[in-house]
Amino acid sequence: MNVMYFAWVRERIGIPQETVDTQAATVTDLIAELTAREDRYAAAFADISALRVALDQELADFDAPLTGVREVAFFPPMTGG
Amino acid sequence: MQVRVQSEVFDAGAELNAFAQGRTDIGAVVSFTGVVRDTGGDLQEMQIEHYPGMTQSAITKIVEQAMTRWDLADALVIHRHGPLKPGAPIMMVATAAAHRAAAFESADFLMDYLKSRAPFWKKEVTDKGSDWVAAKDEDEDALNRW
Repeated sequence: MNVMYFAWVRERIGIPQETVDTQAATVTDLIAELTAREDRYAAAFADISALRVALDQELADFDAPLTGVREVAFFPPMTGG
Repeated sequence: MQVRVQSEVFDAGAELNAFAQGRTDIGAVVSFTGVVRDTGGDLQEMQIEHYPGMTQSAITKIVEQAMTRWDLADALVIHRHGPLKPGAPIMMVATAAAHRAAAFESADFLMDYLKSRAPFWKKEVTDKGSDWVAAKDEDEDALNRW
């Protein structure tokens, strides 16, 4: 699946997006997989309460299932307006 | 309904004049323009990042919610992204309705939701460095008003 990062999440991980081959069942599982990879992921995902997630361009919860999801995006709370 | 996400500058006055023009069933038009503010006196620019695949649809859903909730004749949202200088317009909202209460309330609703539910992130670049603008708890709390 396509995993995207925005704002300081993108800066900490160092890339705007990547293709991730995963069997993770939920967003939380995916975060655990990414965090185990490298320190830069651990740094970005250290405080989940400071993050939001969108699945296929819709805001979602961290316990949401990833079945059929093609795009996951992680970002800080939005600051539009 | 009009939703525009763009890097180009816009003329809020011209947009407002063109908005809902020619309609005779409108008694009230309300507009809001957000402008880049230099709080510390040393802002070089504000960089606005967004999520291109999601921005247009997220804003459209917010406007649709407003049009369902209030009896609006029309609504307009323009939101910019990219590097913006102090004093530059960031975004504008306009609503048109038969009566002012619907126009005022729906514009307020749109602003609250755009602030916390439209996928934009602001970064301030100053003489001292750069920093992401943090979302405020009161912005999230403001959604509970609706």
